[in-house]
Amino acid sequence: MFGRKSASYPYLVFMTIFIVVPLAVVAYFAFTDGAGNFTIDNVSKAADYSSIIIRSLLLAFIATVLCLLLGYPFAYIMSKKTSNARRTMQMLIMLPMWMSFLLRTYAWMTILENNGLINKFLGLFGISPLQMINTQGAVVLGMVYDYLPFMILPLYSVLMKIDPSIIQAAQDLGGHPLQVFSKVILPLSVPGILSGITMVFVPAVSTFIISRMLGGGSSMLIGDLIELQFLGNAYNPNLGAALSFVLMVIILFCMSIMNQFDTDSDGEKGELWV
Amino acid sequence: MKTASRLYVWLVYIFLYAPIAVLIFFSFNQAKSRTVFTGFTFDWYRKLMTNDVIISATMNTLFVAIVASSIAVLLGTSAAIGIMALNRKLRALVINVSYLPMMNPDIITGVSLMLLFLFLRMELGFTTLILAHVTFNVPIVIFNVMPKLRQMDKNVYNAALDLGCNPTQAFFKVLLPEIMPGITAGFLMSVTYSIDDFVVSYFTSGSTSQVLSVVIYSMTRLKVSPEINALSTIMFVVVLTILLIVNVNGSKKEKLEVRKIGGGSTL
Repeated sequence: MFGRKSASYPYLVFMTIFIVVPLAVVAYFAFTDGAGNFTIDNVSKAADYSSIIIRSLLLAFIATVLCLLLGYPFAYIMSKKTSNARRTMQMLIMLPMWMSFLLRTYAWMTILENNGLINKFLGLFGISPLQMINTQGAVVLGMVYDYLPFMILPLYSVLMKIDPSIIQAAQDLGGHPLQVFSKVILPLSVPGILSGITMVFVPAVSTFIISRMLGGGSSMLIGDLIELQFLGNAYNPNLGAALSFVLMVIILFCMSIMNQFDTDSDGEKGELWV
Repeated sequence: MKTASRLYVWLVYIFLYAPIAVLIFFSFNQAKSRTVFTGFTFDWYRKLMTNDVIISATMNTLFVAIVASSIAVLLGTSAAIGIMALNRKLRALVINVSYLPMMNPDIITGVSLMLLFLFLRMELGFTTLILAHVTFNVPIVIFNVMPKLRQMDKNVYNAALDLGCNPTQAFFKVLLPEIMPGITAGFLMSVTYSIDDFVVSYFTSGSTSQVLSVVIYSMTRLKVSPEINALSTIMFVVVLTILLIVNVNGSKKEKLEVRKIGGGSTL
């Protein structure tokens, strides 16, 4: 064996200080007051914001479902193309992903505004301006727009791995196209669906940019709430830590539910795409 | 069916690119308006080039990305080599902990590091920013290097030792070249993540060490500033160029590989 255990020691120290300890510090702040005394006030105060937490979960859930419904057919069509076409299509999906998501979200502001492009266009036909920005619909739209590539790429990579002879066998054995899809292709693409869902849901449920830019004050999400406790006017790191703690528990809970569906996890967690 | 699927693909691409096209179009607009086009101009690009805040933020972004990725490569590569030698239980633990920054939402990583620095009474600035970037970059390097270590034939390394290499020579002459593709991929991915990151930087950078994404964020808060459109256009062109270069290289390599395999069978 070429490895020496000692080669990993610097990282073990770094990992402990910058990954493990910070999470412990979050827990410490969440369960203490400003003076450092133990309290559960922060966590129970977090419960007061349950309407915001539920809204975050709901909007992120809707966005994830929409991404899956939009992304699956796209990934499927893409996987059936010739290798050159696939390469181009994949590049065109990755291109917006590599541009700052701040700029992409900003772009929607210009389009959805009350005197934005869509309303200008409707105005030509004498239609009075629609309120599109500062609605929850706009937030969902922003989430779908920003995170759709994160759904398409894992789906595509898993669909590419399906052995075509399995599909042919299903067809030869008399499977109706719908049956072939529901009994062969869909079950085999479950790992891609799961990693796509994770990669859309986690950033969507914790965002504070999309809600701030497109949702206005009325559709605050848990991310906004956390941000306000640290860098906003409502400076309160203890409450912020408690809210972060709650967010972490929610995400862990959602992931453990998802793992129930993951029948054949062969430790390929790191392989998100390509 | 074919027409329907083609139409669908086009609709998705229109959805993805229409907003970007709007930004690019209005970057050449004379008026400050984001909806009325009054005439063609390069003014916003000129203003952008002389905007000191943006220029220094761009420099900061590149500086932090390169420094943090370099540290991450050193730390991550040696970690990956060491992790392979750990016993099974400890290895599983280290790997699972390393997944945390990748699985946790950015806001949690940002907030937890901010609290750590607050706890240690460290002032937010370049040091904290670079440490934060290293934190999310090291796992990327580790998970790029580890598969290469697993694939590699351990006997080659032992053979080098048997043939008289000392461990240092065996490392530089045998091990390192084998895992180099993983290290390079890890470095490039780290740089990309660092440049792209907003949330973690937002929580861990002080007012003196602002990176481009944080400046962009404060610009978008001002609602009307056509310089953002110009900046978006430049970023779009840069990303497009990089992707095209990578892709052309990739398809060339693929062709070469096919030829090699084809040629190999005749031997």
